[in-house]
Amino acid sequence: MADRPDANGGLNKPALSLHVPEPKFRPGDTVDFSHIDVPEAGAQPRPDEACDPAEMKDLAYGLVRVLGDDNKAHGPWDPKLDPEMLRKMLGHMAMTRAFDERMFRGQRQGKTSFYMKCTGEEATSVCASMALAGDDMVFPSYRQQGILIQRGYPLIEMINQIYSNKGDKLKGRQLPIMYSSKEHSFFTISGNLATQTPQAVGWAMASAIKGDSRIAATWVGEGSTAEGDFHSACTFATVYNAPVILNVINNQWAISSFSGFAGAERTTFAARALGYGLAGLRVDGNDPLACYAAEQWAANRARANAGPTLIEFFTYRAEGHSTSDDPSGYRSAQEREEWPLGDPVMRLKNHLIELCEWDEDRQEKMDLDAAEHVKKVTKEAEANGILGHGLHHPFRTMFEDVFENLPWHLKEQAEQAVHERKTKFPEGLPEA
Amino acid sequence: MSQADTKEAPVAEANTERRLNMIEAINDALDISMSRNDNVVVMGEDVGYFGGVFRCTAGLQDKYGKTRVFDTPINECGIIAVAVGMGAYGLRPVPEIQFADYIYPGLDQLISEAARLRYRSAAEYTAPITVRSPFGGGIFGGQTHSQSPEAIFAHVSGLKTVIPATPYDAKGLLISAIEDNDPVIFFEPKRIYNGPFSGYYDKPVEPWKKHDASVVPEGYYKVPLGEARLVSEGEQVTVLAYGTMVYVAEAVCREKGVEADILDLRTIVPLDIEAIEKSVKKTGRCLIVHEATRTAGFGAELSALVTERCFYHLEAPVERVTGFDTPYPHSLEWAYFPGPIRIGEALDKILSE
Repeated sequence: MADRPDANGGLNKPALSLHVPEPKFRPGDTVDFSHIDVPEAGAQPRPDEACDPAEMKDLAYGLVRVLGDDNKAHGPWDPKLDPEMLRKMLGHMAMTRAFDERMFRGQRQGKTSFYMKCTGEEATSVCASMALAGDDMVFPSYRQQGILIQRGYPLIEMINQIYSNKGDKLKGRQLPIMYSSKEHSFFTISGNLATQTPQAVGWAMASAIKGDSRIAATWVGEGSTAEGDFHSACTFATVYNAPVILNVINNQWAISSFSGFAGAERTTFAARALGYGLAGLRVDGNDPLACYAAEQWAANRARANAGPTLIEFFTYRAEGHSTSDDPSGYRSAQEREEWPLGDPVMRLKNHLIELCEWDEDRQEKMDLDAAEHVKKVTKEAEANGILGHGLHHPFRTMFEDVFENLPWHLKEQAEQAVHERKTKFPEGLPEA
Repeated sequence: MSQADTKEAPVAEANTERRLNMIEAINDALDISMSRNDNVVVMGEDVGYFGGVFRCTAGLQDKYGKTRVFDTPINECGIIAVAVGMGAYGLRPVPEIQFADYIYPGLDQLISEAARLRYRSAAEYTAPITVRSPFGGGIFGGQTHSQSPEAIFAHVSGLKTVIPATPYDAKGLLISAIEDNDPVIFFEPKRIYNGPFSGYYDKPVEPWKKHDASVVPEGYYKVPLGEARLVSEGEQVTVLAYGTMVYVAEAVCREKGVEADILDLRTIVPLDIEAIEKSVKKTGRCLIVHEATRTAGFGAELSALVTERCFYHLEAPVERVTGFDTPYPHSLEWAYFPGPIRIGEALDKILSE
């Protein structure tokens, strides 16, 4: 106070005011995204994978794009994938979308409590995952089902988990979509936000301690970068030069809070990298080829001991946050239509058609086949039960895996649970 | 308990004269664990080159190299989180949190992550980490270097909480904790790092060398998690304590000529309920002593368990002696500390019923 030049109580000074961020568009508003700078595909330089982060800082503010409006691949980031690989990529994204559609409907039909779609963001998991080795460890957030689908995790296991049925390998303990598969180097999804980010760094540090060749990659939403864990992750990653990729999925919305509440009004999320001395890339997250190329660049960098990378995938959450959310209450429905970066599935489809490696009929057949396949597997999973219909795991399993072995107090509580079950169902159920 | 196999705990007779303080015993346990298993890594603030502010990790970086013993950023959330990630990889990290008072930034990673990995992944992933941290007061540490937060961790399903009270136990329990496949919080009572403490802060400290419990055999041995230690035997009253308070309670009983079963709990989760029940059913009286604040402290849990299980054997209400429900005050720490007067009066009360 003593340092204030005007000592008369500040009467001639303007009153301070608090800035509370406000998104540009609310329900009913006409959407105009012309303020979003969309550079030409191919315009961004591709630095050496081992380069000093300071030499590539413009890439933290730009937007790496490969697929142009002409549906052709452009520039140094073109990963030059063969058509077979491109069709696989398209297939994984289509399958992810078909799976989301079916599971969303399943929740609406009362088969489970909760679901989260990744519509419009498929490339950020499917294409990024394709650029990694199958045994590179991934620490996902909750919207990366595309990774499991790309890595060949059986759909029935996913559905069993979503239904919390007797086939659920996680024994009905986790909220739907919080998968885990060690076999697929896919870490158990927490549900708490950003906790997996510094854990991925720790895994990568362990891999480096052991002289392993596997790297780690983690995904976090732009909203969750506000968590302290994200700062922990960036700090440890840079301090130990950990072989890790920090993927930030900037899909503009964290439930009803737009990205401004994580700082997007002032700078990019990729720019977070610069203060730590991490390599930072900002990427068109709806461009499958750019997603693949950026992840591949970062993976090569990490594998060569050249350092960690923070990638911002700039994308759009086309649907609600989850089945418990109705976005029409807080954002304009036009946003999805007006989104300037298009849809990743359509963009890759059009690219393949442009290459004369695909056509509308095959696309239609692929979508139909995907929907049919998911429908068939869903039926199989339903034979194991749906949420709340009795075909759950036995009561005693509730007490297992709290510790490696059951201590006395949990033994006593397990007996109580079984007793309560017998009291409620004196006739007994087949699954005791 | 998972590590209850005590067959591997030979006490080498040839070494009965080797006496260590608790810091040296902890250092010894880390050294032995690292030499036996390449997956054990030690990390924390100042633990590497410098060897820790209490010297518990002294010499380890020289011996095992910088990739197994290293300093960390001042970021407890990150320390715990990277330990969880390393555990998922297959390592056995032993992170140090410099003071228990600093552990709170890492709580989410402990409570929501380390403690639940096994459960939420149906044992696909586990967090075999041992978080070491000096705790407790009586060293003029003020409110940020004196707290006893053990009850917070005991309340979390999936965490084990261990508190050694002797150099012998510190070594054996720490080796057990590191080998345990569940996450363990290992609180080291720093007031007794260098010698047992009778509660009379105005009297000179007795070094560990003069105490039988400072005989620490060389080489590998374990003290199982979940087994209390009977410090003294008596018919009049059962005293439940852990850490520093074991000695204070012992000194008061000696002074007053009270013949007590003093149980050093050693681990509060898992808890040796059998030893507690057996003793209380014998004596019919139970005094619980801890340094932590009173309300919802671990003494409340102990009191409830004793009342639920031994009610018809009790001759008097269960008594708790604890720290006061205030932050740990700097200049008035001995007014806070549950010392001989508070314990003595509680003993008088419980024995007069």
